[in-house]
Amino acid sequence: APWVPVVGLEIHAQISSNSKLFSGSQVQFAAPPNSLVSFFDASLPGTLPVLNRRCVEAAVMTGLALNCSINKKSLFDRKHYFYADLPAGYQITQQRVPIAVNGSLSYSLCIDNKMSQMVTKTVRIKQIQLEQDSGKSLHDDTRSQTLVDLNRAGVGLMEVVMEPDMCCGEEAAAAVRELQLILQTLGSSQAVMAEGQLRVDANVSVHHPGEPYGVRTEVKNINSIRFLAKAIDYEIQRQIEELENGGTILNETRAFDSKLGCTVPMRDKEGQQDYRFMPEPNLPPLILYDAKSLPANMNHQQVINIDWIHERLPDLPSVKRKKLVEQYGILPEHSFTLLNEDGLAGFFESVVKQTQMKPKKVIGWILKDLLSYLKQHSLTVKESPVSSFLLADLLNLLEKKEISSTAAKQVLAELWKGEGKTPLEIVKEQKLELLQDQKELEQICQAVIDGHENEVIMMVLG
Amino acid sequence: QKVSVEVLDHLEHLALVDFRDAEGVERLQKAIQFADQLHEVNTDGVEPMDSVLEDRCLYLREDDVTEGNCTKELLENAREKVEEYFVAPPGNIPLPKLEERETFLQGS
Repeated sequence: APWVPVVGLEIHAQISSNSKLFSGSQVQFAAPPNSLVSFFDASLPGTLPVLNRRCVEAAVMTGLALNCSINKKSLFDRKHYFYADLPAGYQITQQRVPIAVNGSLSYSLCIDNKMSQMVTKTVRIKQIQLEQDSGKSLHDDTRSQTLVDLNRAGVGLMEVVMEPDMCCGEEAAAAVRELQLILQTLGSSQAVMAEGQLRVDANVSVHHPGEPYGVRTEVKNINSIRFLAKAIDYEIQRQIEELENGGTILNETRAFDSKLGCTVPMRDKEGQQDYRFMPEPNLPPLILYDAKSLPANMNHQQVINIDWIHERLPDLPSVKRKKLVEQYGILPEHSFTLLNEDGLAGFFESVVKQTQMKPKKVIGWILKDLLSYLKQHSLTVKESPVSSFLLADLLNLLEKKEISSTAAKQVLAELWKGEGKTPLEIVKEQKLELLQDQKELEQICQAVIDGHENEVIMMVLG
Repeated sequence: QKVSVEVLDHLEHLALVDFRDAEGVERLQKAIQFADQLHEVNTDGVEPMDSVLEDRCLYLREDDVTEGNCTKELLENAREKVEEYFVAPPGNIPLPKLEERETFLQGS
């Protein structure tokens, strides 16, 4: 009987803000240990949480971008567990009534790895909640101790919960990639996985069609989108094999080992956790307003207007792609590649502005020649030795038929060296000009024919 | 209705409390009985109140950096430190199982 895998995701995105969710200490990636920690973050007695307005706005923006209903009243709770990097012994989160619920995220997949056949899928967003990040634990196994740095403790997180609407690693990876692009477009999170700004846990189970869902496992410690797909696919296979061999699946938490490419049970996770949720007694409900409910006599700075935020949302990736296709006549799959690479869409548009060549032709140079070179040398668009100005200059020469397509590629190869030469200079140096003079061309052809009498006779004879 | 040993053991694990003796457990039982009186009130159609602050305005702070940079002060509280890190045991040290630890509950 066939197996149906079921995949859900819990994504934690670090909010892009200057200070933390409930305190005024700075949010910054690399800093001396325990230098970005306030008394509240260290959970010293007598301190209280004070909510950061920017974090609320980030969550509202994200909720709106994901088609959620924004809860005008949401609540904060305490989630209790013991760990050295959680000094208070609890995390402030939104378990009962989160800030946003019932949204959706559309993403695209290539069928059979063919970019020309793309299909759109949707995953439901169960909720988005605001919560605190924990500190960082550095395990020193040699000295049998853990070093704790609280710089990250208290940083604002948006937890985005995706319903189990996905069926494999590829779908999960595509959904997360789209979410990442949305967050980066909104600016609510920089969502760089490598810096821990976007962390993904996968919930995986398998069952036979028509039967109830199987026991699910939670997979953690996934550090990139590529590993996300691998971890999920491995876990699906592991569960299928286990069940086909008559075994059972434990409702456990497993860690992905990227070196071995497999999932392993996690230590330190003793059975089922009881978090003893309780309302956060120090925070009243969070009330948000819209144009209709806006209170008349309230301090402007104390009011968050959902409609105001909605009006100012930037174009989301899906809208940007549509506009690129409509404006420039490029293919949908081209628009995906353009947006997938930071700065590439801007580079493309910049070249189009500076050249007479049609966008449909320019796109080939951007996606094939420019992008492949950048990939080969692990460069970002920003680091490209060839600027949009230089490329446009080159394409103009080609468009005016002053050089051939082959010659253009040669010039480009020379431009990559970044020696500061212009395309025209390179063309002259390497004598790549196309001969336009009819008479000169005839003379050359005649000379070739004259110089190869035998070959000519062979050709004429057939 | 008495609180079972399993629940008491569970609470000792979760909250790292120690019921210490029969009097401690009895006090817990009485506290639960006292709170159970709440069930006598008819709350049909009434929204639960979980804080007397529910009508207060939740103050929103501007996103400015106003705190931090007090590593030395914070580390003064640490029993052990390494450079500027707090030092903790290698992982959670779970409370030993009921049979293996010294707790009044063993006798119950």
